[in-house]
Amino acid sequence: MPPLALYIHWPFCLAKCPYCDFNSHVRAKTDMAAWEAALLTDMAHEAALLPGRELTSIFFGGGTPSLMPPALVARLIEAAGRHWRLADSIEITLEANPSSVEAANFAALAGAGINRVSLGLQALDDQTLHFLGRLHDAAEGLAALDVAQRHFARVTFDLIYARPGHTPETWAAELERALALGTGHMSLYQLTIEPGTRFATLVREGKFTPLDDDAAADLFALTRERMTAAGLPAYEISNHARPGEESRHNLTYWRYGDYAGIGPGAHGRRLETATVRHRKPENYLRAVAEQGHGLVEQRALGRAEQASEALLMGLRLDEGVDVAALARRFGLPGTALIDPAKRAFHARGGLVHEDGTRLIVTEAGMPLLDALLAELVPADLVA
Amino acid sequence: MTDLALIRNFSIIAHIDHGKSTLADRLIQYTGGLAEREMTAQVLDNMDIERERGITIKAQTVRLDYKGKDGKTYQLNLMDTPGHVDFAYEVSRSLAACEGALLVVDAAQGVEAQTLANVYQSIEHDHEIVPVINKIDLPAAEPEKVKDEIEEVIGIDASNAVLASAKAGIGIEEVLDAVVERIPAPGGDRNAPLKAMLVDSWYDPYLGVVILVRVIDGVIKKGLQVKFMAGGTEHLIDRVGCMRPKIEQLSELGPGEIGFITAQIKEVAQARVGDTITTVKGGASEALPGFKEVQPVVFCGLFPVDAADFEKLRDSIGKLRLNDASFSFEMETSAALGFGFRCGFLGLLHLEIIQERLSREYDLDLITTAPSVVYRLTMTDGSHMELHNPADMPDVVKIDTMEEPWIKATIYTPDEYLGSILKLCQDRRGIQTGLTYVGGRAQVNYELPLNEVVFDFYDRLKSISRGYASFDYEQIGLREGDLVKMNILVNNEPVDALSMIVHRSQAEARGRSLCERLKDLIPRHLFKIPIQAAIGAKVIARETIAAMRKDVTAKCYGGDITRKKKLLEKQKEGKKRMREYGNVQIPQEAFIAALRMGEE
Repeated sequence: MPPLALYIHWPFCLAKCPYCDFNSHVRAKTDMAAWEAALLTDMAHEAALLPGRELTSIFFGGGTPSLMPPALVARLIEAAGRHWRLADSIEITLEANPSSVEAANFAALAGAGINRVSLGLQALDDQTLHFLGRLHDAAEGLAALDVAQRHFARVTFDLIYARPGHTPETWAAELERALALGTGHMSLYQLTIEPGTRFATLVREGKFTPLDDDAAADLFALTRERMTAAGLPAYEISNHARPGEESRHNLTYWRYGDYAGIGPGAHGRRLETATVRHRKPENYLRAVAEQGHGLVEQRALGRAEQASEALLMGLRLDEGVDVAALARRFGLPGTALIDPAKRAFHARGGLVHEDGTRLIVTEAGMPLLDALLAELVPADLVA
Repeated sequence: MTDLALIRNFSIIAHIDHGKSTLADRLIQYTGGLAEREMTAQVLDNMDIERERGITIKAQTVRLDYKGKDGKTYQLNLMDTPGHVDFAYEVSRSLAACEGALLVVDAAQGVEAQTLANVYQSIEHDHEIVPVINKIDLPAAEPEKVKDEIEEVIGIDASNAVLASAKAGIGIEEVLDAVVERIPAPGGDRNAPLKAMLVDSWYDPYLGVVILVRVIDGVIKKGLQVKFMAGGTEHLIDRVGCMRPKIEQLSELGPGEIGFITAQIKEVAQARVGDTITTVKGGASEALPGFKEVQPVVFCGLFPVDAADFEKLRDSIGKLRLNDASFSFEMETSAALGFGFRCGFLGLLHLEIIQERLSREYDLDLITTAPSVVYRLTMTDGSHMELHNPADMPDVVKIDTMEEPWIKATIYTPDEYLGSILKLCQDRRGIQTGLTYVGGRAQVNYELPLNEVVFDFYDRLKSISRGYASFDYEQIGLREGDLVKMNILVNNEPVDALSMIVHRSQAEARGRSLCERLKDLIPRHLFKIPIQAAIGAKVIARETIAAMRKDVTAKCYGGDITRKKKLLEKQKEGKKRMREYGNVQIPQEAFIAALRMGEE
């Protein structure tokens, strides 16, 4: 029985950030009892389909799951423990806002079973935090990080870079400060203007211009170089960790393992099936009440489709993918997964290299991964 | 048959938008050819392309019955003629079928360039020209000023011009009266051997090939065995009639009359424009003057974007050819574009029209290669070959001389644009042969190599003269030229579809411009791409497309797979519309845009 990861989505935020296109909603009041009931019912639905599996990780994402009452978090973890066997080394992560209010809950959250926190620091100076529409200032964020490091064995935080006007000098200085904070993991995301966000509107109106790709590519290279030197090399496009400190939960996604996703808008991949939950909180609650789960879509995935998903996730990783193993897993010839001519061509160009049966995207190839995938993955697999 | 004195045959000459079609519609409506409810706007322009572009491609006629002021009923044959230099020969045959023309001029805009070439052609046919000043109900209308302009620019009497507004229905009767009173009746002898001019032909799915004829002498009727004198074929006439504009069958067509015949002909190619139709027994000994064999002058390759559409393209071209004998086609294979056809056209507009009809009426996505003319090569062994396709160019050491077609161009332009037009002609290796002033306008004559004209000459002329210059040309034969084949190499691979034959003196400029353009049209790739123009092994221009630096999704977790996969699907879909050369994907837009050079 392959292991399983569990994702729980908490859709509420105090305010919507201008760059964020995740499923988040601002509501004046939340009926905690109703949410507890709904999430427990939704989890039970998944558990019934996935009996006897070992749970290797739980991830509370959002939205802002640090707004959840610790007691609710505790009951969800307890429920997961009743449905599945929890691995001894289970990783239970919660995404948190670095505000003083939420930091006050960290002790209780640790008590509830959370053993890893991911802080949405995003930047280390007030001006940038203001630009990013964050509610905390730099001092408050660093204070929250300090609290988190005292309560949780593993702490990671997010920074957003390649912002308008961002230079190698300012970003290098920012990275040094970030490294000095001493966490074993960092997620460093290049700012992406997503459709439907406030930033997309501002860019369209000409209020600001995103950093161009050439400059962003320079910052990407600088980041990988500096982080490697500091002992936290990239293990995925945007994720850096001291060896052993990688997010086990996220590795399940990238290694294309099974994961159940519950809560509004959560996606899952289990039993060769893609699942999607209702996005809007109210619709989700109604769906769970009426049908006993929050599913809005459940679709069987073909072998080729699974293979293409496994490739586009797996090649994000520093370790690459074992093409032969994937070919066995999906019952397809290796040449159906990766175009041999393109593979050889881009190997000569230094964008990929081969290590036994593994295909690995190189340092030079990583910033070009999307274009590279379109080259390497044959059209038949995608269509 | 109708008494010759009661027949009037006329065409309408007008600049685009000056109201030709609206006036024609009004005349039809006024004389009762169609009820109000049957009038779609612009009855005579049948094809969508004709309506949208405001141009006429096929000649059309309509017969109107009109009771004149003298109480007699006249047969008026209105001929709608094509109005573009590509169809100059067809126009000349249509005009030869008439005795006069209505010159329609917009009361606010005055005489415009496009009108000039056509009106002069009409004058050359000894036509009586009746000026009609249209849109006189517009607030900006200045009919007196326009009359002066007609007299000064065109040099015909405009004192008795008819004032009208086709849109508002003003002056329609006056136009009809002027046709009756001022346009001469045709001549002709009913008892002489049959001589009818083949004005145009088209394919009708129910009737087969329909032939538009103007009877000069004799009578044409059902059951008559006729001979096409230039075509050399014989046919039995099975239908005689006219358009009103609906088809009306008649027992015969007599001298002076315009109408149609059918004779169970399957292909338009058998009914050649300008041919003389006579009877098999006791026919005319001499054909009518003016027949010319229509020869395609511009060639290009047409390839389906999706290789799977090749059969569909073959089928569609075959069907189009049924209705348009003036283009030719033969199969062609390109290393990069796959299977397609090498097609010959009367000119660039003709090329565009065929391409557009294929994509529109037959739903085909096409890639068009650079237009080229026909070169005549004399080989060192003394043999000759005709070169339609740069890809077929033999090894240069085997070529003794190359000849290219030249044309005589006549350009009318307001003199403010004269300087730029002279420069354009000069840049295109033109030789000036004349320059005269007509009023505020200049008439410029140039001899030009046709390969410089098919390139983008007409577009450039229009843009530098803001559409005011008119352009007309005729071919004047072949001349030897220092011509070379220029190859375009993308990532060191020659792209056959982009190779072209150019004059040595133009090669470097053309090569540089093409490389620069391709640099903008080909997206960045994962590696840097050299783009070179070369003659033989010698590189004459070079550009480099820098490698792509960044294309990666920053965040990709459990919920993002579906989105990311859609992105990948879209990328793959996009690649289907590209052609790959040396690992470089060239979007089909790049082929089209690169070959449409525009600004240089």
